[in-house]
Amino acid sequence: MTVLDFLLSALAIGVTFLYGSTGEIITEKAGHLNLGIPGIMGIGAACGCAALNVMIPAGTSSPALPPWLIVIIALLATVAGGGLMGLLYSFLAVTLRSNQNVTGLAMTIFGTGLTKFIFTGLESKGVSYIKAKTYFRFPFASSTTALQYCGVMVFLGIAIAIVSSIILTRTRGGLHLRAVGESPATADAAGINVTRYKYLATIIGSGIAGLGGLFYVIDYAGSQEAYLTVEAMGWLSVALVIFSLWRPYISIFGSFVFGALFILGAYLPSFGLKIDVATSNLIKTLPYVVTIVVLIITSIRNRRENQPPASLGVSYFREDR
Amino acid sequence: MEKAAMHTNQPQDLPREDIPQGDIPQGDLPREDFSQEELLQEEPLALELRGITKTFGTIRANYKVDLDLRHGEILALLGENGSGKTTLMNMVAGIYYPDEGQIFVDGKEVVISSPKDAFKYKIGMIHQHFKLVDLFSAAENIVLGVKDGAKYNIKEVNERVRQIAERYGFVIDPKEKIHEMSVSQKQTVEILKVLYRGADILILDEPTAVLTPQETSKLFAVLRKMKEDGKSIIIITHKLHEVLAISDRVAVLRKGLHVATVDTASSTESSLTEQMVGQKITLNIDRSEPHNVVERLTVKGLSGVNEEGLKVLDDVTFTAYGGEILGIAGIAGSGQRELLEAIAGIYNPSEGEIVYRDPRTGAAVNLRKKTPLQIRDLGVRLSFVPEDRLGMGLVGSMDITDNVMLRSYRSGFVLLNRTDPKKLAEEIVRDLEVATPNLNTPVRRLSGGNVQKVLVGREIASAPSLLMAAYPVRGLDINSSYAIYNLLNEQKERGVAVIFVGEDLDVLLALCDRILVINSGRVTGIVDGRTATKEGVGFLMTKSEMIRDADADAAAPRFEGSDPEAPRFENPGSADSAAAQAEQANPAAPAEQANPAAPADNASDAPLTALSNAPSNVLSNAPGDPAPDSATHTTPHNDFTEGGNA
Repeated sequence: MTVLDFLLSALAIGVTFLYGSTGEIITEKAGHLNLGIPGIMGIGAACGCAALNVMIPAGTSSPALPPWLIVIIALLATVAGGGLMGLLYSFLAVTLRSNQNVTGLAMTIFGTGLTKFIFTGLESKGVSYIKAKTYFRFPFASSTTALQYCGVMVFLGIAIAIVSSIILTRTRGGLHLRAVGESPATADAAGINVTRYKYLATIIGSGIAGLGGLFYVIDYAGSQEAYLTVEAMGWLSVALVIFSLWRPYISIFGSFVFGALFILGAYLPSFGLKIDVATSNLIKTLPYVVTIVVLIITSIRNRRENQPPASLGVSYFREDR
Repeated sequence: MEKAAMHTNQPQDLPREDIPQGDIPQGDLPREDFSQEELLQEEPLALELRGITKTFGTIRANYKVDLDLRHGEILALLGENGSGKTTLMNMVAGIYYPDEGQIFVDGKEVVISSPKDAFKYKIGMIHQHFKLVDLFSAAENIVLGVKDGAKYNIKEVNERVRQIAERYGFVIDPKEKIHEMSVSQKQTVEILKVLYRGADILILDEPTAVLTPQETSKLFAVLRKMKEDGKSIIIITHKLHEVLAISDRVAVLRKGLHVATVDTASSTESSLTEQMVGQKITLNIDRSEPHNVVERLTVKGLSGVNEEGLKVLDDVTFTAYGGEILGIAGIAGSGQRELLEAIAGIYNPSEGEIVYRDPRTGAAVNLRKKTPLQIRDLGVRLSFVPEDRLGMGLVGSMDITDNVMLRSYRSGFVLLNRTDPKKLAEEIVRDLEVATPNLNTPVRRLSGGNVQKVLVGREIASAPSLLMAAYPVRGLDINSSYAIYNLLNEQKERGVAVIFVGEDLDVLLALCDRILVINSGRVTGIVDGRTATKEGVGFLMTKSEMIRDADADAAAPRFEGSDPEAPRFENPGSADSAAAQAEQANPAAPAEQANPAAPADNASDAPLTALSNAPSNVLSNAPGDPAPDSATHTTPHNDFTEGGNA
């Protein structure tokens, strides 16, 4: 059943990218190129794990709260952590009009550092990640292999992507949000509060991206050390945004492709192909390669619809001529 | 009749001290006529502006402007570039907030501090630069920002848009994406956007500037339907034939002042032109007689289109001579930029030739086959001051030396030569009195005038043989402007062929030896700067398509025949014009000497005298007044204008 394992595992890891890219797509639709996603995912993971640590103290066999409540509180803590990072980014990029690229990179550096700090503190407390992971599974998960791989957060991630897609394309709020990202001056002239949309989209997007971090550490990896590789997941999420052509529903499919390519190296030996460690790591870069291929194809076809939001990365302020 | 001139506003600051007092009437006469009517009117006015004043820094964009808009009428707002038309309307639309004055809608005083407020009072403005999201469909753009409480359903929006479009005769597919649309379709979307929000007062800012004549007549048909529907419309324009064709009344602004409001029915192109350009203001710009003029640049039959496929240059033919300043006059966006860029090799025209006579070798060079760099090396220099001033030519974050180096970075081996540019930068700062803390200050931190001095100074420093300066005094104060004029004059005396593109007719008339008038990409005349009148040039700048076609056989001879003092208008298209042009172009020719080149001041006074003989007729233009024959070129052109309206 190696093939099924491979596919399920690809789906699971892909959800990490799905959270990150959905969050980043919402942010970018408001015209914010938030390169802080890797740091935000780390902070999300750190906040979620810290919450779990409080609720499941080391050495307790049965925590005071019911498992479903623990999961919800952990998710909320994660969203809050990511959202706070989004608020900080918005304050810098919108209110202070700092350069978005620089701000984003600073958020990643800051976020990664802070993540390490928090996790190092948690390490000494000895959180039971294996136990926590079981809370993120459905109660009836033991009945099928699939549900053992895919817990609550896999479905939540896909649901968020679908809902985001609908909001972006079918609602007035989505129309306004896209207008802000395409042409803030036009949106402003039409009476849309550009600043509010930018703040909201970035905070919500960052909260969603943070969930990706928690999912990766607790659900997919289920180990303390996973926080060291969250940053890489973040960059892959940013790449997935480009691969998905800024459409959340494509990123559902794209996240699976990315997941499959990312773990392909690890599964090749069990498919009967002997490769060394270096090759295995090289294969992990395949998601970036396909992103470049997508970029090349869309650039050649040059369809307006497949381009990033027109004012992505540009600060907006109403000019007083 | 008072200190009106003191409150003038213009991008190029004129020496206000020199303005003769009391020669710009406020034209209150017609307004008084209307105020009587107002008393009788029971229905309040759709829109009423009282004493609106708006100042930007030291520039007064509008001063105590009164304006009335009746229900169900089309009011044309007429004025030159920088006369404050758009600023005034932006205050009604909530983009700017007036410093002083009141706005009344339907007789009630209102405060409009944002576009949202304007919508609240059912006022909608269609700006010259479209505010549309390219990626969205027409309907999505139209519904953007509308908060009517209804559930968002794009299908219903499509249907409503279609209904409104049908009602007024627009042709549009609500589902079509903006980036797939033509300019006129985009404009339609903008108008529908305003109508969708239920606007009763529509303001259109130069709507026809981007349209072909066919599209314009379609637009006018739509506007008439709206008028029948009870909408009140203000249309900003400086195309006279359109004013006559579409409007019920015309409000004329000049240098921020409301000059007059007149009934369109009793106006002619010439009466409107006079009100628009006003009387000539005498400037003390030294203008030396050109000597040793030599042919430097010959442009023949130059035509070209812009990105949208609209024709921006149409059969442009002229010659520029070394030792003289050739002015280029025209309404903004008439092709000036493309013409200069074509000569500099940046813009690629579709037809025509540009022949440059190299003063060093005397050889004729076809510039169209040269790269911009080669053209530069031949001694052709362009200094273009765009609206944002810095946009072209200088890098804001670099200092003066580095900006000077942008012209010499090819010299030097491996490491750039910084010594010479630094010396040159020092010279520019010293000679042109650039106010800067030191050479290392980023250009962006300098004031506008100093930035322009650096820009013009750098081009002049390269000892050009053809210097093109576009709007070099844009936004400058008087002293800086004069410094620039003197620089250009020095270049002229050095034998350089100077091409000066300006906005201010007074400056053009005082500085240039010849003035080429460009109108919608076509040369409508080349006149002598010493004898031309402001009205004459203004007329050539704005005259309609119909006249343009007819002028080869009718209008121009009439100008010459009616008044010996009037400038001689050349028609590049006509057969004998080439000779006339050459003759006039060369001031050393006998014909020119017969017409004694009086000192600039005297020459420019002549038309002033002519005007003051019949002042009331010319300037107040009360309905029924006959067109004054004594004025320079007021022979009736009604036959043409009527043709234009048909």
